[in-house]
Amino acid sequence: MLTRMTTDVDLATAVNLQSPSATPRASLDCPAWNVLPADVRAVLSRLRDTQGFDFLMDVTAVDWSAEKSPRFTVVWHLYSSTRHTYVRLAADCASNTEPAMPSATGLWPGANWHEREIFDMFGIKFDDHPDLRRILMWDAYPYFPLRKGFPLAGLPAELSDPDITAETGTGLISAPMAGGPFVATPGGPMSEAEPRAKDEAWNEQRAKPV
Amino acid sequence: MVTANSELAYDSKIEGDVIVTRADAAINWMRANSMWPMPMGLACCAIELMAAASSRFDIARFGAEVMRFSPRQSDCMIVAGTVTYKMAPVVRRIYDQMAAPKWVIAMGACASSGGMYRSYATLQGVDRIIPVDVYISGCPPRPEALLDALMKLQAKVKREHSASKLFSA
Repeated sequence: MLTRMTTDVDLATAVNLQSPSATPRASLDCPAWNVLPADVRAVLSRLRDTQGFDFLMDVTAVDWSAEKSPRFTVVWHLYSSTRHTYVRLAADCASNTEPAMPSATGLWPGANWHEREIFDMFGIKFDDHPDLRRILMWDAYPYFPLRKGFPLAGLPAELSDPDITAETGTGLISAPMAGGPFVATPGGPMSEAEPRAKDEAWNEQRAKPV
Repeated sequence: MVTANSELAYDSKIEGDVIVTRADAAINWMRANSMWPMPMGLACCAIELMAAASSRFDIARFGAEVMRFSPRQSDCMIVAGTVTYKMAPVVRRIYDQMAAPKWVIAMGACASSGGMYRSYATLQGVDRIIPVDVYISGCPPRPEALLDALMKLQAKVKREHSASKLFSA
C-alpha cells in the first residue's frame, strides 16, 4: 500500500510539474487528472519519458450533450509496462461548436487511428495530425454519429458513390428499432444495459419523429 | 447429384450417337450444375460459407466449388455477411462486373434484411442495391442451409426460359 501511495505522489508531482493547473479527476480505478488542452502534449510526454507510461492504451472522447459547456472531453489512457498500472488524462475542448485538441501522434504513432476515429465519430479536430480523415465512415458522410444529438435510428444521406446512387436509386435510411422493448422494465435487472431503446418504429399508430 | 430428368432421356440403343433435347433443358442443365460462386464474404457468415466448401459439407457435390474471387468468371454472388453503407457501392460494382447470366444468394439475416444491425451504418438488406434470388435465414445459417439455397437456386435456374433470352439479347 505504501508503495502505491508513493507512486501516486510521484505521478502527481510529475503531472503538476508539467501542468500546474492540472486537477485530480474523480476516478474509481486508476489515478486521473484533468489538464488543459495546451498542456496535454507536455504531460503525456513527461509521463512517457520519466514515469514509464510507455503505452498509449486508448484515446477516446465524451459528448456531454449540446446543453453542457464544455461539451466535449477527450480522454487518454496510458499503461506502464514496468509498473503494470494505468493512468488517465482528460481535457475539455475549448470550443463547443468547433472542438479541437492537440494530437498525440508525435509521441505515439498509434494515436493516429484513435484520433481519426474520434474525428469521425465526434467531429473533434486534432491539431498537427498528419492525416486527419474519417476512418469508419466515408469522407463525404455529413454527420458525426456518436454526438448526443444524432438519433439511434440514423439519418438519411447519400451513398458514397453517385453512380451507384443513380443506378439503384437508394441511399441511407433511418432504421429505427422496431418491435422492442429491448430492455427489461426500468429499475429491473439489466435496465442499465445497452441498448436502452424502446420500440422507436414509426407506423400507422405513431407518427415519424421530426 | 443424381436427379430424374425426363427432359434429357438418352438411350444409346435407340438413338445411337444422337441426343435430342430442348435448348432450354440443355442450357439450364449446364448452368445449374456449374454454378460458380462469387464469394462476397463480409462477416461471420463467410466462415459458414468456408465450411460449406470444406470436405464435411462439400459444396462441390453441387458443382459450385469453384470460388474464384473474380466477378468475370462467376455466376452466383453469395453475399455472406453484414453489408455496411460504405461497402454497398463496392458490392453493387462487383455485381455489375459479373457477366450475365448471374444470380444472387443473400446469406443470413444481415444480408437479407440488415439483421440485428438497425443502425446508421448498415444497409437494411442487400436487395436494396442488387436483385436477390434466394434468401437464407439464420445468424449465421448452417452450411446445410446454404446448400439448400443452392438447390433452390438450381431449381429456379431449371425453370428459366434460357434459349429465348439467349437469342433475344
